[in-house]
Amino acid sequence: MARTQWDAIIVGGGHNGLVCAAYLAKAGRKVLVLEKRHLLGGAAVSEELYPGFTYSACSYVVSLLRPWIIRDLELPRFGLDMIPLESSFLPLPDGRSMCRWSDAALTREEVSRFSRKDAESLGDFSMAMSKIGRFVKPIIDSPAPEPASWNPKELVSLLRLGRHFSDATVDQMELRMKLLTMSAVDFLDEWFESEELKSPMSVSGIIGTFLGVRSPGTAYVLLHHYMGEIDGAFRSWGFSRGGTGGVSNAIANSARHFGAEIRTESGIERILLDGDKATGVVLENGDELRANQVISGCDPRRTFFGLVGREHLPEDFATSLSRYRFRGSSGKVNLALDRLPEFSCRPGDAHLRGDIAIAPSIDYLERAYDEAKYGTFSRRPYINIVIPSTVDSTVAPPGKHVMSCFVQYAPYDLAEGPSHWPEKREAFGDTVIDTLEEYIPDIKKIILHRHVLTPWDLEQEYGLTEGNIFHGELTLDQMAFQRPTSGWARYRTPIRNLWLASSGAHPGGGLMGAPGALCAKAMLEARTV
Amino acid sequence: MPRPTPFHPRTAELCTSLAYKEWAGCYAVCRYDTYHDREYYALRHQATLMDATPLYKYEVRGANAVDLLSRVMVRNFAKHKVGRVSYVCWCDRDGKVLDDGTVTKLDEEHFRVTSADPSLAWLERNARGLDVTITDVSREIAALALQGPLSRDMLRPVVGAALDDLAFFRAMPVEYAVAGRKVPGIVTRTGYTGDLGYELWMANDDALLVYDAVMESGAPLGLLPMGLDALDVARVEAGFVLASVEYTSARSAFIEKQKSTPYELAFDWMVQLNRGPFIGQDALVAEKQSGPSRRLVGLEVDWNEFEAIYEGFGLVPHLTTETCRLGVPLYQSGRQVGYATSRTWSPMLKKYLALGTVEASAANVGTKLEIEVTCEYERHLATARVSPMPFFDPERKKA
Repeated sequence: MARTQWDAIIVGGGHNGLVCAAYLAKAGRKVLVLEKRHLLGGAAVSEELYPGFTYSACSYVVSLLRPWIIRDLELPRFGLDMIPLESSFLPLPDGRSMCRWSDAALTREEVSRFSRKDAESLGDFSMAMSKIGRFVKPIIDSPAPEPASWNPKELVSLLRLGRHFSDATVDQMELRMKLLTMSAVDFLDEWFESEELKSPMSVSGIIGTFLGVRSPGTAYVLLHHYMGEIDGAFRSWGFSRGGTGGVSNAIANSARHFGAEIRTESGIERILLDGDKATGVVLENGDELRANQVISGCDPRRTFFGLVGREHLPEDFATSLSRYRFRGSSGKVNLALDRLPEFSCRPGDAHLRGDIAIAPSIDYLERAYDEAKYGTFSRRPYINIVIPSTVDSTVAPPGKHVMSCFVQYAPYDLAEGPSHWPEKREAFGDTVIDTLEEYIPDIKKIILHRHVLTPWDLEQEYGLTEGNIFHGELTLDQMAFQRPTSGWARYRTPIRNLWLASSGAHPGGGLMGAPGALCAKAMLEARTV
Repeated sequence: MPRPTPFHPRTAELCTSLAYKEWAGCYAVCRYDTYHDREYYALRHQATLMDATPLYKYEVRGANAVDLLSRVMVRNFAKHKVGRVSYVCWCDRDGKVLDDGTVTKLDEEHFRVTSADPSLAWLERNARGLDVTITDVSREIAALALQGPLSRDMLRPVVGAALDDLAFFRAMPVEYAVAGRKVPGIVTRTGYTGDLGYELWMANDDALLVYDAVMESGAPLGLLPMGLDALDVARVEAGFVLASVEYTSARSAFIEKQKSTPYELAFDWMVQLNRGPFIGQDALVAEKQSGPSRRLVGLEVDWNEFEAIYEGFGLVPHLTTETCRLGVPLYQSGRQVGYATSRTWSPMLKKYLALGTVEASAANVGTKLEIEVTCEYERHLATARVSPMPFFDPERKKA
């Protein structure tokens, strides 16, 4: 048995685990990160699955990585390199298309071909969303409020939040209420008239959830699109040079620089307990490692029902955790291409350097959801495509390209049961390619390699329970002080000395790093480590 | 990428500087030569021709057209006669300015509105229940600004002698005599230079014909094409505010402080309060009573003090020839009371001028303020006095 006594062991080398490790190491603590796979990053990973082609296998764009984490951990010095997305392209099956550009004037021009009024409203819309984004920012950058607490410190921070509300004009209050309660489509209907604009905008409300664009509560997620920041510039989304794993590697390099030890291919069998106290971990190879504190970078179900064991949990906690919804709804198809794909509706490449949405109409999206509700993957799914090789020469050989397709809906819970996914994997991949073919007629001829990830694969390979990319649905009832469950949103858990630093904790999923950083800060503040 | 206006084939040929900027989605020439001086002097001594096509333009037609405009804008159009042009601003319901532009009454039930920002959605939203149709003609109608003391003489051969009777801020339908035939359009005696001048409106298809006719007619009298740099100097001399420079539209303001009321912009003269309801009326009535907390003012920088600052470094005073739009603080007895938004050297008046916004108590003509002057990366102060506007106001403008 290894004798080393660590201040903290971090289970899982995903980006949040690494951020947490880096913060603790920077504060002088002796920390060890244990990652099951041979690569770091969890779902924020770059993998060369076909020689010469680097896939951002899961997470494929970066926007919400907190700027203060970038500064605190000096990530640019350790390899963080972001390339902004230049556009959002919507091909349509009837030969038309709409591209929204980072240049607002250009976007107005394109949108005005569909509706001059919408082109005009775009500026007002992004202004309104940016104002609300400013209100949400402090919430995602600090621990979740505890509304039931009478602790003076809690009250002060609640009051501070309250001030944001009371300062708001009636218009802004109204907008917030609508954003919190409406469906993405209903909300956008209030601003715009052209379906070609609303349809691709509405999908940001459903990504990673088992909801449709007409489901109430999806409007809120639209906001995330307006909170994306790179280098402090709002509304920007970017590619990590070298693939999304570049972000994880930069965080890992920073953590190592500050003294953290990181081991790959070191899967955890279970968390060692002494009564209701965590004392270390047992590796899959049987080794036992002891630490004063254990931090989980895994999702809540995997952490508590998998690594701790339900029998060791207080029953009320276990019950509410069992109600925490995952319901993975998406898959990925990664392609190595012999050349740049050509969209029949708009030849050329200027519009391929951003993201591309296969979301031709709201009915199309809703129909895709309908199929998923009854346990089959969408026959014609929503696909969000990026071709990072158009701006990053390191991910594919010259002239060749990698194409990442995020696909929704692919329900984890197939009608036949989730374990039937492996036999449906290739059919799912074929559906995606057939859909693409309607826009890129020769796509099948230029595919060199295809990598299909179903929700089942996301669970089995990447440890994402039920294939949920956010460690649990990012719906309002599972956010802030209710993430993962009410009363346990401050990274502590009912198991003493066990902490949750993953996307299953506040402020949730996406490549933010905030749960990891806020967990480390909470631990240091509580002097537990 | 911006789009070319219908005049682009001509202006591109003349624009040897290749200095363009984007204006409302169009290519707009900043200056034709490397420096804009020649264009500026031509404007004040002869005349210049500028492509004003990028302005947003809307046709408002119908029995309730006058009701819509009187409801949306701070002026009442009920008694306006056909042929009248009005400079006007419009506000949100809190009385904060959204945009400014012109309204031309072309016929009893037909108006044309110009604006700096797109305004179709705003007009339509407020037209509910009214018998009115609003058409965005921004891309169907081309516009030229022919400005300067000889502009009338240059335009007369193209549109006829009736031009001599066109009064200041009036419009008339014309037939442009081009290449042996006539094409219809509108001429308004308006402009953004504070000089005698006209704006010429025509269908896109006729744009080049009219351009050639005016250039041909004006050439013997010294007509030059003019870009936005020279205009920017002229409009400060004329005391004209520029949206997004002197004020931020309430639509794009992040915070309340960035918004302005018409009274703060010294648009008092255009606000007509005592009439039927219009957007922002309650707030404006209240502000009229309490008085605005700040005012837009004209400023004249004390040249001797400005020169002395440079002399202190062994330098002669230096100003860029373009209007500078970088805001600088204004102080009164050491306390900041406002900011200057546009600063320019006026070659006609031989004065260093500025437009700024200051606390109301510091806004009276003659008030002595201090403006920040940065010389050799050091900050200094020079006296700037609140001055009557317009700075440049030749008789010929209205004659």
